[in-house]
Amino acid sequence: MWTWFYKLASPPYVYGVAAALVPWALGGAALALGYGLIAGLAIAPPDYQQGEAFRMIYVHVPSAILSLTVYTVMATASAVALIWRIKVGHAVAAAAAPIGASFTILALVTGSLWGRPMWGTYWAWDPRLTSELILLFLYAGVMSLRSAFEDPSRGDRAAALLATVGVVNVPIVHFSVVWWNSLHQGATIVKLGAPSMPGSMLWPLLSMWLGFMLFFAAVLCIRLQGEVLNRERQATWVREAVKP
Amino acid sequence: MSVGAVAAFNLLVRRELCLSFRRPDQLLQPLLFFLIVTTLFPLGLSPELSLLRDMAPGVLWVAALLSSLLSLDGLFKSDADDGTLEQLALCGQGLTLIVVAKTFAHWLVSGAALVLVSPLVGTALGIPVGAFPTMMLSLGLGTLTLSWLGAIGAGLTVGLKRGNVLLSLIVLPLAMPLLIFGASATDRAISGTNAAGALYFLAALCVFTCTLAPFAATTALRITLE
Amino acid sequence: MLKGVSLKLAPRQLLHICGPNGSGKTTLLRVACGLLRPEQGDVSWNGHSISGVRLEYQAALAYASHEPALKGDLTALENLRFAVGMKRRVSTQELRGSLEQTGAAACADLPARVLSAGQRRRVAMARVLAMSASLWLLDEPFTNLDAAGTELMSALLRSHVEQGGAALVVAHHDLPTLLDSRRMDLAA
Repeated sequence: MWTWFYKLASPPYVYGVAAALVPWALGGAALALGYGLIAGLAIAPPDYQQGEAFRMIYVHVPSAILSLTVYTVMATASAVALIWRIKVGHAVAAAAAPIGASFTILALVTGSLWGRPMWGTYWAWDPRLTSELILLFLYAGVMSLRSAFEDPSRGDRAAALLATVGVVNVPIVHFSVVWWNSLHQGATIVKLGAPSMPGSMLWPLLSMWLGFMLFFAAVLCIRLQGEVLNRERQATWVREAVKP
Repeated sequence: MSVGAVAAFNLLVRRELCLSFRRPDQLLQPLLFFLIVTTLFPLGLSPELSLLRDMAPGVLWVAALLSSLLSLDGLFKSDADDGTLEQLALCGQGLTLIVVAKTFAHWLVSGAALVLVSPLVGTALGIPVGAFPTMMLSLGLGTLTLSWLGAIGAGLTVGLKRGNVLLSLIVLPLAMPLLIFGASATDRAISGTNAAGALYFLAALCVFTCTLAPFAATTALRITLE
Repeated sequence: MLKGVSLKLAPRQLLHICGPNGSGKTTLLRVACGLLRPEQGDVSWNGHSISGVRLEYQAALAYASHEPALKGDLTALENLRFAVGMKRRVSTQELRGSLEQTGAAACADLPARVLSAGQRRRVAMARVLAMSASLWLLDEPFTNLDAAGTELMSALLRSHVEQGGAALVVAHHDLPTLLDSRRMDLAA
């Protein structure tokens, strides 16, 4: 039962699997994102409360979900690498980190743009946006720590520990931010709330979510190939793999 | 003939305190920083005590966080630089005991000192005397948690040149929940409402961190020592 | 860095590890201490791998690194007390005795930062003595010592080995001839 797990520890195997997955993931992402964007931006009716502005949900919510998912993936890969000393885990974590940070920035930017018609300002300390901002800082910490070490394997392990410590903190941060925000409830409800959703609004959202996940999988596999090649560049199989 | 864990812990804490008190200037500098940073806010905002009172919990806590961070960098650094950390790692008591003793001793001279100085700062910011017990309790719990978060960060950055900025970048996001609960507790105490809820959350965070952080900090130190 | 190195050490043996700069002598010593984890291979003591009996192994060894590893703000005596006291209960008398044995008795109450390099080396050696360890792991123990100091150090090593101890000594030069030692050259 564990043989598939130990097979995943082998860099050339992972490289092969990643290379094979890329076209499927990209194709699936294109389909899901295509349907989601068309159905969400053009076909779904405008919300009675927020008007056309609610359509930002189709990018903002999937980005936010992905930013958390990617952090979890990064932390899991890091924990596996630290506990079982499987070096490929470090490659996955290093590949995932910038992708997650990008999703977080996307969530913040789309949240800010959504907020403009909602609150009149480009920024408000709404709990989700604040949590996303802190998540961005956590990503930045992991990436800076990895690059601060001259010895790359030490940098990998240090960043892996920080990612694991961070993932424990993510729920704590989220809870405390929600609590903090609820203390100072003003007259207007500041939350970027999703309106209650009929099917014509919900399906495109789910499709966008799926599309984002597949897109993440595709980009992760592409970056993972690069990371594995870089870390294993002394090995003979690498020379075979990059032969033109 | 061999030394029990408690005796070794006490000896190491004594060593740390001995070293800290031989350099009283290094002991006082973070406290001075705390006072100076607190002074910046009235200068930047307004001398009106009533206005300052509203901002006081946040200002107090931000200043406490920043001054604690300053001294965290040295937690393992001086021992790592002169080779005594290796000697400690080989003394047969286990690296976790070393980490716990050093972090506790560090909290005694930085966090606990901050708590003792906080009434001065509280008065300067217009915090009523009735709020002092809650303020000091929250600062005590908060600085203890922060010392542990900082121990993890210090363990990760001990070998790096100019690791102190990176240390702050790593530790501050992890410390944000602390800030929220601690400032809220102080704020409630000032306005006279019951601060128990916030204090309980703060205490829970403290217990959680003090239980798990030693292992994370030990792992961090092992990663950088190897 | 180090490949295919294997060694065995029994009581009453002194092994001298030599080799040019960068050949990995210090790394080998640190792997033997357990400070560095080897990527392949293992260190075992009394038949057990040291990762299983880490604390007992550490209690039985004394390591002296290339730097004397003393806190400048503490006196020599305090340095010894805080270092050795973590390993075993020692009285101040015993510690002063160790300092006398290595010719550093005059330094006992001076802060380590005012001591000369040779004096610091003697204090570090006194720490090794005071630990009463059966295995000594010494990195360049003769650095900064004058002729009298070198003689003293060899005498201490010899008596340690004769009384049943073992020692792993890293030195880039030849050891004084009165030490009967096996030799391992890392340049090979």
